[in-house]
Amino acid sequence: MDPFAGRTAIAGAGMTELTRRSGRSVLSLAREAALAACSAAGLEPTAVDGVVQYSMYDDSVQAEALGAVIGARDLSYVMDFAQGGQSAAHMVAHAAMAVACGFAKNVLVFRAMNGRSGVRIGQRAAVGGGTEFRYPLGFVAYPQVAAMWARRYMIETGATELDFGAIAIAQRRWAERNPRAVLREPLTEEGYLASRPVAEPFRLPDCTTEVDGAAAVLVTSVERARDLALTPAVISSAAWATHGFDLDMGSSLRYDDYLRNFSGHLAGPLWKRAGLGPEDVDYAEVYDCFTGALALNMEGLGLCAPGTAGTFAREGHTSPGGKLPTNTHGGLLAEGYVHGMNTVTEAVWQMQGLGGERQVPKNDVAVVSSGAYLSGSAIVLTKDR
Amino acid sequence: MSPSAIPSTAPPLPVPERDRDSAPFWDALREHRLRLQSCDACERVRFPAMSRCPYCVAPEHRWRELSGRGRIYSWIVVRQAFRPEFAAEVPYALVTVDLEEGVRVVGRMDDVDSPAFDLAVVAAYVDHPEWTELRFEEMAA
Repeated sequence: MDPFAGRTAIAGAGMTELTRRSGRSVLSLAREAALAACSAAGLEPTAVDGVVQYSMYDDSVQAEALGAVIGARDLSYVMDFAQGGQSAAHMVAHAAMAVACGFAKNVLVFRAMNGRSGVRIGQRAAVGGGTEFRYPLGFVAYPQVAAMWARRYMIETGATELDFGAIAIAQRRWAERNPRAVLREPLTEEGYLASRPVAEPFRLPDCTTEVDGAAAVLVTSVERARDLALTPAVISSAAWATHGFDLDMGSSLRYDDYLRNFSGHLAGPLWKRAGLGPEDVDYAEVYDCFTGALALNMEGLGLCAPGTAGTFAREGHTSPGGKLPTNTHGGLLAEGYVHGMNTVTEAVWQMQGLGGERQVPKNDVAVVSSGAYLSGSAIVLTKDR
Repeated sequence: MSPSAIPSTAPPLPVPERDRDSAPFWDALREHRLRLQSCDACERVRFPAMSRCPYCVAPEHRWRELSGRGRIYSWIVVRQAFRPEFAAEVPYALVTVDLEEGVRVVGRMDDVDSPAFDLAVVAAYVDHPEWTELRFEEMAA
């Protein structure tokens, strides 16, 4: 029997509102999201004995600091992980490992950031050893790295900019139904084509929208989750993959297959551990800092065939009423960039029947992925029976 | 962004922060030559510079002079300056180029309309006050 699969669950999820200027400290945002997750689950915050968080460019607060402000005074598991969009599913997996191994009983996982009014990740010069070769050229920011991948995707698959546009348009349909989303205006093909070019082939709607806010989930054992308030979202699998890394996450010059990002490398172990396959998925919450990343993640996880993510979106399969509802909060593209942690909270809410106007009709199996290119993670959630 | 919108206080363009592994690369560019590390064990040429071969992990290498000729693998056109120091530079093209010697590098191209898949390009060298940049231009027919 797999020592990990199916032993832990997410019992509750919480978020703050998403704004362009919170006027609050990151710790205050983290606290609100964490208390919301505990409250949803019906767990006293003092019962939390583990805290896990991730950050980039030192833009967050320490896990232990959150414990201090929610009354969780004695912690037996903590983790501060200094990576970006790769992290969310992996941090859930860490919390789940801690619980499954008995290091802690109730672990909060959070991401909190003043991502718009404070440290803007998309405008930072990437850190790491390859920067000296890119930064002086003006190859500075992650959207440019992503656009370079996207152009190669177009070359190899014959996809056009309108395929990326179809992804942005489909996700905006979900955001229209999400009061928390920062971009709720419908997006049309004409509107997409008329939007401002950022780093061609990307336009503004191809890129995530930076926000201030926080998201958190509570991980515990399946048994304890059953005694709490909501349907447990059982963590049936988790996986991480790094492939083709050399000096830093922006340095992908040696990458061998631009059609296959990290998700194509973790899909095998992910599905095997779950005892499920992509065909079993009812809805997908898939990392989408850029439309091009969403395409690679959908295809890598096996949710659609290589080179077809744009067509798949254009045919309506990922939209409300489609056969594979995807990024039902509008994604990072339209709800906002809480660095993929809001992708996890949305998956949990949908499984617990808390999706409101955007509730998916079938919610037994979900896949959640985190990350874009060289490395990333994913989890499979299944509704407790 | 129009040039007139750029404040006169725009920060200067960055200078490469060279290290022990990369110094020969930057020194060669200063002489308008393109030299990259070639692994003594597996003979693969690598970029960016690093102390061990990323293919076989061997430390021994020599600095090999390359032709500077290659073909475009991918490219972007930067229309928005993500940092204020590049506000006066946009728009500009960035191209990844597969050099004849089997290594992929990145550089700018001046003409944002010229990059195309598989376009044959050749290295050019742009001298800045403190360093020299590897740039690419379309190879003459």
